[in-house]
Amino acid sequence: MAILEVKGLKKHFGETDVLKGVSFSLEQGQVLAIIGSSGSGKTTLLRCLNFLETADEGEVLVDGKCLTGRQLTEGEIRQNRLHFGLVFQNFNLFPQYTVLENITLAPKLLKQGTEQENRDKALALLDKVGLRQKKDAYPHQLSGGQQQRVAIARALALNPQILCFDEPTSALDPELTGEVLRVIRGLKDKNNTMIVVTHEMEFAKSVADVVIYMADGVIEEMGTPEEVFDHPKSEKTRAFIGGVQQVF
Amino acid sequence: MFLPVTLQLLMGFWESLKIFLLTLAFALPLGLVICFGSMSRFFPLKKLTRGFVWIIRGTPLMLQLIIIFYGPGLMFGLPAMPRFTATIVAFVINYACYFSEIYRGGIESIPRGQYEAGQVLGMTKGQIFYRVVLLQVIKRVLAPMSNEIITLVKDTSLARIIGIYEIIWAGEAFIKKGLIWPLFYTGVFYLVFNGLLTILFGYLEKKLDYFRS
Repeated sequence: MAILEVKGLKKHFGETDVLKGVSFSLEQGQVLAIIGSSGSGKTTLLRCLNFLETADEGEVLVDGKCLTGRQLTEGEIRQNRLHFGLVFQNFNLFPQYTVLENITLAPKLLKQGTEQENRDKALALLDKVGLRQKKDAYPHQLSGGQQQRVAIARALALNPQILCFDEPTSALDPELTGEVLRVIRGLKDKNNTMIVVTHEMEFAKSVADVVIYMADGVIEEMGTPEEVFDHPKSEKTRAFIGGVQQVF
Repeated sequence: MFLPVTLQLLMGFWESLKIFLLTLAFALPLGLVICFGSMSRFFPLKKLTRGFVWIIRGTPLMLQLIIIFYGPGLMFGLPAMPRFTATIVAFVINYACYFSEIYRGGIESIPRGQYEAGQVLGMTKGQIFYRVVLLQVIKRVLAPMSNEIITLVKDTSLARIIGIYEIIWAGEAFIKKGLIWPLFYTGVFYLVFNGLLTILFGYLEKKLDYFRS
């Protein structure tokens, strides 16, 4: 069974239809890359999945369990959010907490595990993103790339079933994107299901199992990286990928 | 002459200090309540609160003191409040409104991403406010608050208009005896006290210097 199923998701802001019925599904351990120009609805899709926006219509199912469809209480929304993790474009670390505290704060507030367990786990995650030596630093003492790696560790600390990345390298200087992309690539295994909204085409091509090209609030094309990048069926996709490749 | 003048001024200063401390004690929390009102998503409450803040901030504290002291009696035939109570009521309302606007500015300056980061980590609204946002707000409002609090020290002198024997009144009384220096002496009281407050706020700012927001 698919770990994530999205059916006919719609969302509008004022007069603009941002999502016009988006459907796809994802298997456990798969990496989905979502590409597309700005304004195509990629970020809104992620925000709907994380319940930062409420979709107007459509369903989101995780492990076959429907999370949407009726008026949800705040507590239910909070529960639903825990199926997903989200790494933001601007990191959004909590500035008054150290790296370690940033990672352990949510598990502590959600009363998951003992203090020692949370601390050990946070340190293990910091090993994973290569920042154990920075555990006592404050966010402003870190580079953008390091902050983003901490943000990834913070999201992982809650064991989300699906980890989402919203343009994780867009706010970084070019020389810092590599370290973040390497970390994301390193997370790829059968336990981590990931959705990455990205403008890094090479990265999408090499890491993703499935690629979605979005345009004007719909999925214009979906397939394996080879299908979407090398043999796009749709005219729009061809134009977008051709355009991106011309830049380089 | 120095000792009796000092004692007189100390008596006046004690009144000023009481106004200062009681106003802070009530206006700091009341300001937060007014702030939440002015940020409410319930439109009538928001408009009402903002209208109230506009009136209080738009008229002189001296006028408010006079109206709160004489108003209830002259308008509704109610017994007048004691002078000191009326003073505290007027100061608390006035300063709570100023504080509320400083708080609002601080809260609204926190990037939305901080709230969203808390949300996707499954935190409740209360947890996000107290554990994520609040300290950042305090850091941001410290400088404007220190300004406002120093102004409060000096504003306590307005209370004499409804007959509170505060320090400037105490100093002025010596003019009749041909002495001007006690008035300068009252200034020394203000300077020393505000100097202490400045040191205190400097210390707090340093305390919160360990992070950038």
